[in-house]
Amino acid sequence: MCGIAGLIHKGKTVNIGKELQDMLQALKHRGPDSTGFALYGKGNNQGDYIMRFKVGENVAEGSTAVNEEKSVYDARRKEVDKHIRDLGGSIVNDAQLTPYSFRYCIKYDKDLMEFSKKIESVDMTEILSLGKSLELVKDIGDASVVSKQYGLDKIKGTHAIGHSRMATESGVDIRSAHPFWGYPFSDVSVVHNGQLTNYWNNRRALENKGMRFMSECDSELIAVYLAQKMRNGASLKDGMQDSLKELDGVFTYLVATKDSLGMAKDTMAAKPMVLYESDDLVALGSEEIAIRTLLPQEIDTYDPYDGEVKVWQI
Amino acid sequence: MANLKNSKSKSMGLHKEVLTGRTQQVFFNPEEAENFFYYGAHDVDFNKRTEIDAMDLTAAQLNDKLHSLMKEGYGSVVVKNPQGKHSLGVGILNKLNLIFEGSLGYFGVGSIDGPVVRITGRVGWSCAENMMAGKVVIEKNAGSCFGAAIRGGDLVCKGSVGARTGIDMKGGTIIVGGDAGAFTGFMMQRGRIIVLGDAGINLGDSMYDGTIFIGGKIKSFGSDAIKSKITSDDISWLKRKLKVAEIGSDFDFSKMTKVVAGKKLWNYDALEPSEKKGAI
Repeated sequence: MCGIAGLIHKGKTVNIGKELQDMLQALKHRGPDSTGFALYGKGNNQGDYIMRFKVGENVAEGSTAVNEEKSVYDARRKEVDKHIRDLGGSIVNDAQLTPYSFRYCIKYDKDLMEFSKKIESVDMTEILSLGKSLELVKDIGDASVVSKQYGLDKIKGTHAIGHSRMATESGVDIRSAHPFWGYPFSDVSVVHNGQLTNYWNNRRALENKGMRFMSECDSELIAVYLAQKMRNGASLKDGMQDSLKELDGVFTYLVATKDSLGMAKDTMAAKPMVLYESDDLVALGSEEIAIRTLLPQEIDTYDPYDGEVKVWQI
Repeated sequence: MANLKNSKSKSMGLHKEVLTGRTQQVFFNPEEAENFFYYGAHDVDFNKRTEIDAMDLTAAQLNDKLHSLMKEGYGSVVVKNPQGKHSLGVGILNKLNLIFEGSLGYFGVGSIDGPVVRITGRVGWSCAENMMAGKVVIEKNAGSCFGAAIRGGDLVCKGSVGARTGIDMKGGTIIVGGDAGAFTGFMMQRGRIIVLGDAGINLGDSMYDGTIFIGGKIKSFGSDAIKSKITSDDISWLKRKLKVAEIGSDFDFSKMTKVVAGKKLWNYDALEPSEKKGAI
């Protein structure tokens, strides 16, 4: 089933991590396997890249991942550090959040695709996000568990999207959890509720164009598809419009960039989405109860229609 | 179990086939008056009124509370702060004036048989699913699958509704003041849908029977849904129905599009399944 949620504050910075945590926790019943957050703020104020990455998997209860020694993680991290230096980058600061996941601030001014390929050549290593305002965190457990684990309730920002996952077509692991980063575009993330039925055809076509897939989760296709569209010069909204024709299946998805939040609903309108829109806040969720965590008072909401695409700016 | 051997329903021809379930046997005996009352249906007094604050109640707690109040004879109940919670006000099988001051989540007021419900906010997916009788009025918008499989009663949304409104409906009337999404009237079998605004793609797709009236534009018709001529009887009925629904009083009904089943789909041919295989 899965639950997705997103919000964007126009012209205001708030405690975005806590707000999204509350929204996703309200949707826990739609998917208790893993939870993911894509939070957008001001980064480290120095214009450096923030890289969130993992060098292994969480083997918590319910996970389908294989257990590994901490020394293995440490060795992989050292390899990542070496690659960053070899590529001409420098690590401004670093933090280890779990035995297998890290947050680095990096100075780097060359090609991101080359950078990403090199870092991800390290065994089991995956860049979760690489941007100047995006902080992407995902792990096994519900929103409260993941937020507490990574200290997300203290992160401030303007907009965010998130996902509570019920694993269906791929494993219970971080690799298959949402959001997905729109590789190689920095600061682009996607969450999705639904199923894509032409995943493999599209994946093969995109891989032939040099795009990379890290999981076998059909939702990753949307992120890579939109990244490829934007790489070819399309606007975010145009790429989303095209997705309604070219991606097959039933889906509602949210996408975020450094300054915008978008939603798209397939032409069958088979997956839910409730939308609240005011002059200073837009909030969306698979169910209204997610929005109610932000706005307990009586509000006007509606379901976007089939084939509808909307994009909002901060 | 009811004695059916000499019952009136026998002479009415209602027992041509052997019914084996106890529930069905009892249900079809018109001579035993008590069998027309459902378990859990109560005799209520509309003048007996009370309020419930749902802020700190779960759906199950609120529904239990409603049933307790009806058992005590309360006929008018106001629920405050429903907060978009799911499955509120379900399974009410008697007359009741029920007012929700706020919005409901999914599956609100499902499987009801008799109450008059007013919701001042919006409703999520599958509102009034399987409703059998009564009247439900929603002041704002509704999500998808609005009135799925309803069998009777009037279901009114003054705002707009999502996709698959009236899917599989078997009777009753759905009235929408605004627009309706894709697949409105999908596989409907009986009943009527009135939409004063526009309709999305695949209107009336695979409908077996029933009638859909659309006041605005239609994006596309579904399989086997066709236009039909609107009659003076239709207009007269629409006027009366919308008066009851409290909307569309100044609407020009003669400009509405009437949509019915073309009855050309496979389910209308005379082939047995085995013959169909051969035909394919």
